[in-house]
Amino acid sequence: MYSETVMDHFKSPRNVGTIEGANGVGEIGNPLCGDMMSIYLEIEDDIIKDIKFQTFGCGAAIAVSSMLTEIAKGKTLEEAKKITNKDVAEALDGLPKNKLHCSNLGADALHAAIQDYEDRKAGKPKGELKRKEAHEHNDEEKCYCPYCDTEIPEGDTVCEMCSLSTDNPK
Amino acid sequence: MGFINLDHISANPLLSEVQEAMIDAIKKDYGNPSSQHKLGDQATEALDNARESVARLINCTDSRRIIFTSGGTESVNHAVKGIAWANAEKGKKHIVTSNVEHKTVIRSLRRLKMLGFKITSVPVDSYGRVNPDHVANAINDETILVSIMHSNNEIGTIQPIEKIAEITKDKNVIFHSDAVDSVGVVPIDVEKLGVDALSFASNPFYGPTGAGGLYIRSGLKIWPLLEGGVQENNRRGGAENLIGIIGMGVAADLALKDMASRINYIKTLKEKFLEELPRYIDEYIINGHPEYCLPNLVSVAIKYIEGESVVLMLDEENIAASTRSACASGSLRASHVLLSTGLEFADAQGTLVLTFGIDNSEAEIEHFLTVLKKAVDTLRAMSPLYKKTTHA
Repeated sequence: MYSETVMDHFKSPRNVGTIEGANGVGEIGNPLCGDMMSIYLEIEDDIIKDIKFQTFGCGAAIAVSSMLTEIAKGKTLEEAKKITNKDVAEALDGLPKNKLHCSNLGADALHAAIQDYEDRKAGKPKGELKRKEAHEHNDEEKCYCPYCDTEIPEGDTVCEMCSLSTDNPK
Repeated sequence: MGFINLDHISANPLLSEVQEAMIDAIKKDYGNPSSQHKLGDQATEALDNARESVARLINCTDSRRIIFTSGGTESVNHAVKGIAWANAEKGKKHIVTSNVEHKTVIRSLRRLKMLGFKITSVPVDSYGRVNPDHVANAINDETILVSIMHSNNEIGTIQPIEKIAEITKDKNVIFHSDAVDSVGVVPIDVEKLGVDALSFASNPFYGPTGAGGLYIRSGLKIWPLLEGGVQENNRRGGAENLIGIIGMGVAADLALKDMASRINYIKTLKEKFLEELPRYIDEYIINGHPEYCLPNLVSVAIKYIEGESVVLMLDEENIAASTRSACASGSLRASHVLLSTGLEFADAQGTLVLTFGIDNSEAEIEHFLTVLKKAVDTLRAMSPLYKKTTHA
């Protein structure tokens, strides 16, 4: 189901952990969504000197986090801002379609971490860590049911093909 | 250590006696049981013998009440749709089911809903058990069918089928039970249970996939799902899968003979696992009912990690296990069974389903625990949820 590259990054994830004194931290997703990712940055002269991640999620989510850190390491902030989820998925030789949307939060977490760095630099008060809540879609992303692969329309919370839940008596 | 299968519910190995019987049957070059010549007669005899064996396994006193199918999926589809269609007279189109059914029941009922049937699904308690009173309350004048599973395929919980059957009998409603993961695994007696229809399959008791059966109480109105010839007492068209059915018959004989010793053996494996587990990992939840539960199944929700990752790591170490996590499809669906029992979404995501078989050994369980600990430690070390709790 997964490409060899995905399995390689899943089995030997690069840059796992946290950075003591990180000057940019981004957190995306939440356990309700099935995935949660934290990215820690050490930025010096607008260059990502070090990057680490923590992820709660499936094989794809872990591989995405690992690949993202590899791509981002050593990049300037301007370069790093241009990294997209699609870039990460492509570097992993693709992801199964029901994993594309929700497991693929890596670039969002990176961008949130860079935003955090820039906010700190600008002296903005440190707000709550930004999280992508339960179910937001980026452009043209779609959800697929993990069981039947049916496309799930925006706004639906259950797969119509798999569930009877709308009939349940309260 | 070789490959360890802790996912018997997905696929059981065929017993050697079953393999031999099937290979022998292939070589015998059986005919078609419907043919009126010697080859057909020989095939009919083999078919009838298998039917007797399967009937004995579920204490069905008249083997004509068993029809052979292609497996659990067909049996359930046949029972649910066939009973609904045949009994939907005078606008009676209401069916009662539970929130934890296998998706074969759920999707069959969805299809009936598209055809105008009304469905009521009753909730379960934190062990995944249906309260028979809820079933009684859900039944109304329009109700024709109740379909509640015997045991749950994700958490192993066994439902109070006899109690529910008393209610359906009293209210004159047909009762079907999906017993796919129970028949041949735990004692099933259709007379004692009091069901009108019961679905089962051959693989859970080490017979071949592609062979299953449906018990139909005599006099029950049910339409065929597959229309064709007059096979299976005019209830299921199509030449029978004789080789598979012969294998199923042998598997049924062995299951009946060895049931007690198999249950004893598998229980020791399950007990060993449950006893030893706290020595290897902490912070987990055992899902399902502690008493009314399949002897071969353990569902364990391991906190702060996600199930698919664990399954992939176990596979790397040649251990087969299964998960019911939604594996990252958004907030859409973790297992409907786990969520119905009230399990937290994140815990449902970390749920591992282990099903032991007679080919497993205590040494395998020990090895598995060691590997599991490693996988859990590795995943927790990279989990932001683990760090967010008091473990930092």
